[in-house]
Amino acid sequence: MFLKTISFVGAFALLGSTAIAGCGISSGSVSVLSNDFPAIQAVTSAAASCAGDGVTVKTNLTKDHKDIMVAALTANPAQYSSVIVSNSTLVTLMNDGLVRPLDEMVAKHGAALSKSQLITVNGKVMAVAFMANAQHLFSRTDVLEAAGVDGIPATYEDVLAAAEKIRAAGLMEYPVALNTKAGWNLAEEFVNMYMGTGADFFKAGTAEAAVNNENGVATLDMLKSLVAYSNPDYLTYDSNATQAEWEAGNLALATMWGSRGSAVLDDEGSTAEVVSGTVLSAAPTWGNGARPASTLWWDGIAISTNVSDEDAEATFVAMMNGISSDVVKANNAAAVWLDGAYMPSPASAGVSGTASGGAAPYPMLPFMGALHTALGAEITDFLQGSESAEQALADVEAAYTAAAKEQGFLK
Amino acid sequence: MKNRTFFWFILPSLITMLLFIALPIISVAVQSLHIEHEAVMVEVKNCGPFGCKQELQVDVEETAKLKQERPLGQFNGLGTYTNRNHLAFTEIGLAWQSSTGVVDFMSKVLNLPFYRALAFTLTYTFVVTPLVVTFGFMIALGVNTLPKKIKGPTIFISLLPMIVTPLIGSLILFWMIDANGILGSTLQWIFEDPDLSLKASPPLTWIMLMVYGVWHSAPFAFIVFYAGLQTVPAETMEAAMIDGASRWERTRYVVLPHLMPLTVFILLIQLMDNFRVFEPIVSFSAQASATSLSWIIYNDLVGTESQFFGSAGATSVLTIIGVSILLIPVLVRTWRDFNQKVV
Repeated sequence: MFLKTISFVGAFALLGSTAIAGCGISSGSVSVLSNDFPAIQAVTSAAASCAGDGVTVKTNLTKDHKDIMVAALTANPAQYSSVIVSNSTLVTLMNDGLVRPLDEMVAKHGAALSKSQLITVNGKVMAVAFMANAQHLFSRTDVLEAAGVDGIPATYEDVLAAAEKIRAAGLMEYPVALNTKAGWNLAEEFVNMYMGTGADFFKAGTAEAAVNNENGVATLDMLKSLVAYSNPDYLTYDSNATQAEWEAGNLALATMWGSRGSAVLDDEGSTAEVVSGTVLSAAPTWGNGARPASTLWWDGIAISTNVSDEDAEATFVAMMNGISSDVVKANNAAAVWLDGAYMPSPASAGVSGTASGGAAPYPMLPFMGALHTALGAEITDFLQGSESAEQALADVEAAYTAAAKEQGFLK
Repeated sequence: MKNRTFFWFILPSLITMLLFIALPIISVAVQSLHIEHEAVMVEVKNCGPFGCKQELQVDVEETAKLKQERPLGQFNGLGTYTNRNHLAFTEIGLAWQSSTGVVDFMSKVLNLPFYRALAFTLTYTFVVTPLVVTFGFMIALGVNTLPKKIKGPTIFISLLPMIVTPLIGSLILFWMIDANGILGSTLQWIFEDPDLSLKASPPLTWIMLMVYGVWHSAPFAFIVFYAGLQTVPAETMEAAMIDGASRWERTRYVVLPHLMPLTVFILLIQLMDNFRVFEPIVSFSAQASATSLSWIIYNDLVGTESQFFGSAGATSVLTIIGVSILLIPVLVRTWRDFNQKVV
C-alpha cells in the first residue's frame, strides 16, 4: 500500500508544476498520514498536486494509521506534518499534546471554511473537518418487495420483521449483516445500538463506566436478535467482508459505513440487479428511542506540534487545497462533504438522513477507547450464547476498569 | 580450550545477547511495574459539525509536567500482574468463595481473559507438539524409503507449508474453509449440513487452529528427522536384519533410540514455538473463540487508539515464565544425559 501511494503521489509530483499557482506555497515539506478510503484518496491526491519547486508532498494511506500515529508524531521532528483524524483519534493525539491549535492558520488561509467545519476544544481550533461518516442502513428494495415488505424499515424491529419475511419466503437464509468482527467492529455496533437508547456510557463527569444497566442489556438482546439473521460466520465480518457479501447479492439488509456507499453503488464489483435495488437510508431507531442507532463521525485535518512553523503552514495550505470546493465537486458522491459546494446524492443519503435524524457524535472522551476495547473483547461470549447479558456487561465494566486504572483515568 | 581463549571467543556473542536479548527483557519487566500517571482532567466545551458538548479532556500541560518528572509513569509494583486482566487474584478468590462446585469455579476462571488465553495456549501446545513430532517422524521414514529420483521433489513439496509465511498460509486456509470456500463447502456436503461453519463454533475453531499448527510445523520436524535418518549406522541395521528384526522392530529398537537427542531438540523448539501461537489467531479472525498469550500482548498494542504498555509488558513477562516452566523437564533431562556421558 505504502509503495502504491508513494508512486501515486510521485506521478502527481511530476504533474505538479501546473498546479502550483492554485496552491500558493513556495516551500515546505508536507507529509500526511491517514486512513484509506475513496474520499480520503481524493483529498490527499489533491493536496499532493501542490508538490513542485521546493515543496514536497508525501502521503501514507493505511488502515493501520491508528497504530503508528502516536509514535510517528511523538518524534521530533514528527514523521508526518499532518494526520487525517476522526472524533476518536483526535482525542488520542490531544492527550499527548501532539497536534497544534490552528486558529492563526484558519484566520490566514481558511476563508473558505464554514464555522461548522472547525473542531474547537476549549475555544481553540484543533482540527478542520471535511466530511461526515456514519453507519446506516443499506436495503435491497427488490428483495424487500419480493418478500412483501412495504417500504424501507425505519426501526430495527422493522428490520427483524423484514428479515423474517425474507427468510420465510425462502429468498435468503441470512439476509442481515452488520460489521460484527470481534474487536473494534463489534464494539462499534454495540456503541451504535446503545446510542439509540439515548443513554450515556459513563457516569456524568467521571470516567466510571455505566453500561451495565437495562439499556445495555436491551442493546445486547437487539444485537443478538439481528445476528440470528446473519451468516454464522458473523464474528469474522468486517467492512470489507460485508461490502463483498453485499455486492455478491447475498444480503438484503445491512448496516455499513456511509463511506462504502459510493463503492457499492458504482458499476464495479457487482451486478446491475444488486446496484439498482440498493437504497441507502438513515440508521434505524429502536425501542422507544427517537435517536438513530448510530454514531456520527467526522474526518478532518490536524497538524503536528513537532514540525517547523513553515512546514505546518505549507501543510495547512496544501490540505486546504485538498478539501477545496473543486475537489468536493469532482468527488461529490465519494462522501458527505461538509463544504458548501456539496450536492446530496443517493450514495450519501444514508449519512445525511442519520445526521438530520438527530444521531449523536461518537463521544470525544479520552477514556472511550478503553471502553471500546473492553466491549470488543467481552460481548462475544453473550452473542455465542455462553453467558448472560448481565454477566457480559459486568465483564466489560471490569475489563474497562482495570484498563482505565492502568491509563490513569481511574484510581 | 583455555578459559581465557574461551572468554575472548565468546565475548562478541555475549555482548550481542546482552544488548538484544537481556536489555529488552529487563526494560519490558521494568515497564510492566509501572502504569500511566493519573490523568489531570478538565471539563471543556467541544464543538464540531454536529454541535457543542461539555466533555472531559486531559489537561495536556499538567499531565506533561507529571511525565517530565517521572517519564516511566507511576510505580504500581505487581498491581498490573494481579489485576483483573492478568492473574486476577481478587476475582479468583471471589469465584472460589461463591462457586457451587468445581465446574462452576472453572467456568468463572475461564471467563477471565488471561486464563481463557492460557487454556487455549496450553491445549494448543500439548496437542500440536506431540502430533508434529509424530507426523514429522512418519513423513521422514516414508520419504527415506522413496527411490532417489522422486526424493528431491517430494522433500521440496513436503517443506512447502513451512516455507509459506504463517500469516499468509493461515489466510489462504481461512478463505478455503469459508462457507463459500472449497474446503468449507466440501465439509458441508460431506456432513450434509448447510449451516456447518468452521468459523462460528469455538470447538471447531480450536480444532481448525490446531490442524493448521500441525500442517505448518510438521515439515520442520520432518526435515530434522530426515537428516538424522541419514546418520543411522548401516552396520547396526544390517546386524538387526540378520538377527531377524522386522521393519517395525528395527525402527523401534535401532532408529528411535538413535534419534532420541533430535527428538528432544524438536520438542524443545516446538514447545517454545507453540506456546507463542499467534499468527493463525489473527489470520483466522478467531479471537472470539480462541485467544493466546501472544495475542493478548498484540491486542494491548495494536488496533486500539492508546497502547497499554504496562499490561503488554506484564503479559510478556508471564509468557517468559510460562515458557521457562514448560522447558524445565526437557532441560533437566538433557542436563542429566550430558552428565552421564561425561562420567
